Amino acid sequence: MTALLLVVEIAGQRVALPSSDAESVVELDTLIPVPRAAPHVAGLSALRSRVLTVIDARRSLDLGETECADGIREAVVVELDGHHYALIVDQVEDVVESLGEPTAIRGAMEAGWSRVARGMVETEMGPILLVDVAALVSGPDQSRVAA
Amino acid sequence: MDDLIADFVAECREMLEALGGEIVAWEAEPEDRARLDSIFRFVHTVKGNCGFFEFPRLEALSHAAEDALADVRAGRRQADGPLVSAVLAIIDRIGEMIAAIDAGEDMPAGDDSALIDALAPGAEPVAPVAVACAETAKAAAAPRTIRLSVELLDRVMSTVSDMVLARNELARRLRESEHEVAVDGAFERLSAIIAEMRDAITRTRMQRIENLFVGLPRMIRDLSSELGKQVLVDIEGGDVELDREMIEMIRDPLTHIIRNSVDHGIETPAERLKTGKREIGILAISARQSGNQILIDIQDDGRGIDGHKLAEKALAAGIIDAASAKALTTREQLALIFEAGLSTAKAVTSISGRGVGMDVVRSNIERIGGIVEVDSKPGEGTRMTLRVPLTLTIIPALSVSIGDHHFAIPRSAIDEIVRANGESVLLDSVGGAGVATIRGKRLPQVCLADILGLASNVEASERKLIVLRPAGGDVYALAVDRIHDHEELVVKPAAPAVMATGLYAGTTLADDGSPILLLDPAGLAEVGGVKLESVERAARIAAGPDAREARATEVLLFRGLDGSRKAIRLALVDRIEEVEPKAIRKAAGQLRAQVGEAILPLAGATKDQLAGDKIRLFRVNDGSQEVAYAFAEVLDFATLDHEVIHSDQSGEVGAVTLVNGEPAELIDAHWLFASLATAPRRAAKPLVCHLPGDDPWIHNLLRPIVEAAGYRVIADSDADEEEPDLVIASKGSEAAANAPSDRTIWLRADPEGEGKKDDSIYRYDRAGLLMALKSASSGRGK
Repeated sequence: MTALLLVVEIAGQRVALPSSDAESVVELDTLIPVPRAAPHVAGLSALRSRVLTVIDARRSLDLGETECADGIREAVVVELDGHHYALIVDQVEDVVESLGEPTAIRGAMEAGWSRVARGMVETEMGPILLVDVAALVSGPDQSRVAA
Repeated sequence: MDDLIADFVAECREMLEALGGEIVAWEAEPEDRARLDSIFRFVHTVKGNCGFFEFPRLEALSHAAEDALADVRAGRRQADGPLVSAVLAIIDRIGEMIAAIDAGEDMPAGDDSALIDALAPGAEPVAPVAVACAETAKAAAAPRTIRLSVELLDRVMSTVSDMVLARNELARRLRESEHEVAVDGAFERLSAIIAEMRDAITRTRMQRIENLFVGLPRMIRDLSSELGKQVLVDIEGGDVELDREMIEMIRDPLTHIIRNSVDHGIETPAERLKTGKREIGILAISARQSGNQILIDIQDDGRGIDGHKLAEKALAAGIIDAASAKALTTREQLALIFEAGLSTAKAVTSISGRGVGMDVVRSNIERIGGIVEVDSKPGEGTRMTLRVPLTLTIIPALSVSIGDHHFAIPRSAIDEIVRANGESVLLDSVGGAGVATIRGKRLPQVCLADILGLASNVEASERKLIVLRPAGGDVYALAVDRIHDHEELVVKPAAPAVMATGLYAGTTLADDGSPILLLDPAGLAEVGGVKLESVERAARIAAGPDAREARATEVLLFRGLDGSRKAIRLALVDRIEEVEPKAIRKAAGQLRAQVGEAILPLAGATKDQLAGDKIRLFRVNDGSQEVAYAFAEVLDFATLDHEVIHSDQSGEVGAVTLVNGEPAELIDAHWLFASLATAPRRAAKPLVCHLPGDDPWIHNLLRPIVEAAGYRVIADSDADEEEPDLVIASKGSEAAANAPSDRTIWLRADPEGEGKKDDSIYRYDRAGLLMALKSASSGRGK
């Protein structure tokens, strides 16, 4: 089976998101912070008449923080359970075809990555980590929020 | 073919829904040709389509019903209870079958011949007929409509919102650039069209509440016949419009309340007759709009709710403790019905009374920002009122800011707004906790910047305080940097990660297209550490209409003879009189003032306070009696707008409150009348007692007692002209031999009666005599 993958860079790493999850790629300019929300929630933004909850992918992975002060950021818009999210990534690179099913990664990954990893896929660009969008959105403290 | 069937099913469903109310209304007025026609049209349509689709059972059923109804239409037959029941049963069966077709299942198994046979004249009724319907909304016929998917509507709505944003953007660009005047004109026109379109599209979300009411007569009819009760349904206000989602949200709570009313409220016909009511119970359901709220009343004339029993049950169930059980007012007792795990039903029935329900009703209504209220008089009935906001999604809000951060607060939760450095406002810190004193009332105070962890560059004294009353809770003050604007906001639920903070109720877009967070006042209080729970129950009551009415109460502020500041409800004061001190004297154990021709019991003074030339008095009137209240001077007129703190002990002063910023004692007029006034000075028409004969004992000893009890005594000579309400005669006296036995009290000279059947009273049994007089006067009019 071949599926389209959206290749993005998060925290210097090239990873892939299932392109079926991604609605669009946007450039965020305004960001309204949400005080007291989980740290990976960078704020709110508006896309046309929809409110986007902006997720900082770096913070969700516990890999530091994206500098948002300089204004425009690239983000991938996804929809989960009727809510729209924008995932802030370092940059959006390309759309490629996957050349096979995701396979388990045997090596030890950093803590943040292992939580969101769905496996490794082969592409023309070489093996890429396939990331689970829902896990990225729910953030590192999912268990605490749920409890 | 499948498409055709889907259309058929949809059409039948729509007709079935519209028919629910019609058929019951038809039962009430069998000669109503319009309703008969619409039912006939339905079965006719079903029959026609069934033949085409090959649903033989449906066809047989609808054919039979059509035949019977055709006979009625042609006047060959009279529509009666059994026929209506039989037609109803058939329509139900058709509904089941259509549901099965819709779900793609096989037809439900079963034999329809019994249903068809029941249509024959003189057949055994299928179900007893119990409900008549007096629906005021005459025209239940469906208006010309088309079906649209909700998704499409939402898409249109969101496109219109985008259009508004694009227009705003264009407006900004136009302002910045140079252009021709004609462009301005065109832009103005575009703006107006967009605004109109936005209005119209918002209205598509609104639905007539009739959609919710239309199924009720049928439900009540089935329920009451199951329970063997007779209920008359009176529905009003079906044309009130409500957000579509809101209608769905109140469907279950409303159904639950109605089931409770029919099951527990309205008595069986036998019981009702016993208590002197009509055997048919009345259940009135009405909707009306009041401001941005919809009020739905569900009122029955059943047995009502016994507040004391509720309190006992709550005590037994451990919901309240003995001390607070005693302190409950009637309203608070009734409100216990909303506590979890409490049911007044003696027995669990299949319909209600499992101890779950009213608490769920309340939480469902409160979840959508509404309030449920209950009012009940034992023996007279119960009224439940649902107050719900007009729409779930558009709410009026106030926007505030901390630094550069903007937030919205739902206006419904805002009591008032004051400046922190205002005259009547004091800010204190007690052990680190903020306390705001607003016009003498202390409130917990929290700062929005602290709760949200935001930096604020505004001095505490420059802030604004918003007094918030979260849904049904206590009040607290929230300090914000700045207050901006009132706006109508389209609120959408926020993402789970945002809701998890517990601080926000949703998100919304401001006019400039930037997102704004809507704050949740209850959540803010919780995160801010404000304790609202302890007064929750009392505060819920205070939020009810009584509190609001009390706020509007006008009082007369005066200084009493003892120098204290007092207030009395203005409506009770008839007028002010001046009397000389000598007109006041102690008589019959009570200070009394002579005012003109009348002698009134006097309160508000002791004997030694009555010095000076003139004593000023209020004449206080309760409608039938008067008392006088002495005072030194009138200070002012005022309205009661503050919390009234009721006294624990009963006495002349029933409560204290703040009037014009200073405490005042509120006179308990009820206590005045209860303790001072004696028998009504003049009953509407005094009862007449006939004392036959000229027995000196009766006239010298008995007569004063009878007159004191409020009777007018007539002698033999008048008894022929006037029919007495009561006759009192000595036992064995010939003078009263022909007195009506049911209105006669017999007196005997011997302390011991002559056996059990003797219902005469010993002539010196004062207590027994007074009791007999009292019961005779209270039984008047029966």
